Amino acid sequence: MAEINEERRKDYQQELNIIIAEDDEGHASLIIKNLKRAGFRNNFIHFKDGQEVLDFLFFNGEGPHRVSGKSYLLLLDIRMPKVDGVEVLRRIKEDSELSKLPVIMVTTTDDPREIENCHNLGCNVYITKPVDYEQFTDAVKKLGLFLKVVKVPALDGIQ
Amino acid sequence: MGYNSQLMEKDQNNDVEVGSNKPCSILIAEDNEGHAALIIKNLKRAGFKNDILHFKDGQEVLDFLFMKGEGPHRVSGESYLLLLDIRMPKVDGIEVLGQIREDPELSKMPVIMVTTTDDPLEVNHCHKLGCSVYVTKPVDYEKFTEAIKKLGLFLTVIRVPMIDGIKS
Repeated sequence: MAEINEERRKDYQQELNIIIAEDDEGHASLIIKNLKRAGFRNNFIHFKDGQEVLDFLFFNGEGPHRVSGKSYLLLLDIRMPKVDGVEVLRRIKEDSELSKLPVIMVTTTDDPREIENCHNLGCNVYITKPVDYEQFTDAVKKLGLFLKVVKVPALDGIQ
Repeated sequence: MGYNSQLMEKDQNNDVEVGSNKPCSILIAEDNEGHAALIIKNLKRAGFKNDILHFKDGQEVLDFLFMKGEGPHRVSGESYLLLLDIRMPKVDGIEVLGQIREDPELSKMPVIMVTTTDDPLEVNHCHKLGCSVYVTKPVDYEKFTEAIKKLGLFLTVIRVPMIDGIKS
């Protein structure tokens, strides 16, 4: 029993993979740069619209797909081409396995109705992008430092 | 709506301080007095000036949220965020999380598990039930302090919905 637990623990302490769904290249690179500063390495996957990230998560299309047994966390913009972030959030939280994927909304919108809607749909965290560059950098650093202490489940890891 | 027009609109709306929290009370459900004191102290050190309410078991926090019993009750239209221990007397944190997520209004309240258990089964289970974030309490005092400081800084950048605030 102890061995099994040890095995599980090792399995689960593997690197956290951070998925970024963000159509603004400047924002994406700012987020990645400051998460790296907070101690994350090269485990970033960047998608430029909602369809790409859905294809990755639901194993559709020709692009890259997620790997079962790995841990992921999604930073999700709302205004994106093809499929917006709210729809991506809805589909993730409706799926029995993907529903446990932590989804952090990272968006310019601070409309209370949008905050309310995303929490009703099951977003894990909602962060607004400050317009000011320094404040945006600071917010991402704080997010990054905190993400170093959270525990995230592996997808398809434990049945 | 285009991206630029959004930014412009936001510029005109700068009365809401960007990156800061609207008044959001922090609920701490934690039976260990030492842990609770340490959490409160370090949240304050992180610059947290909002109300912090401490509950010593799962029943107390459920009574507060579901407006039962003789103790304090939540106020409609306020924002709350719950830091929830798992091992507690009377009602444990898993049961509290389950009841919160089953309630149509309370389900949108952020719930951060703060617990000693780092068993992957427990991490998995809490995420299945819909916890917002899962943080383990490091056994080492310095590391615990550090983790709570990081949590405190993180809480200053997130947005939390009101309970009973907006009716659709």
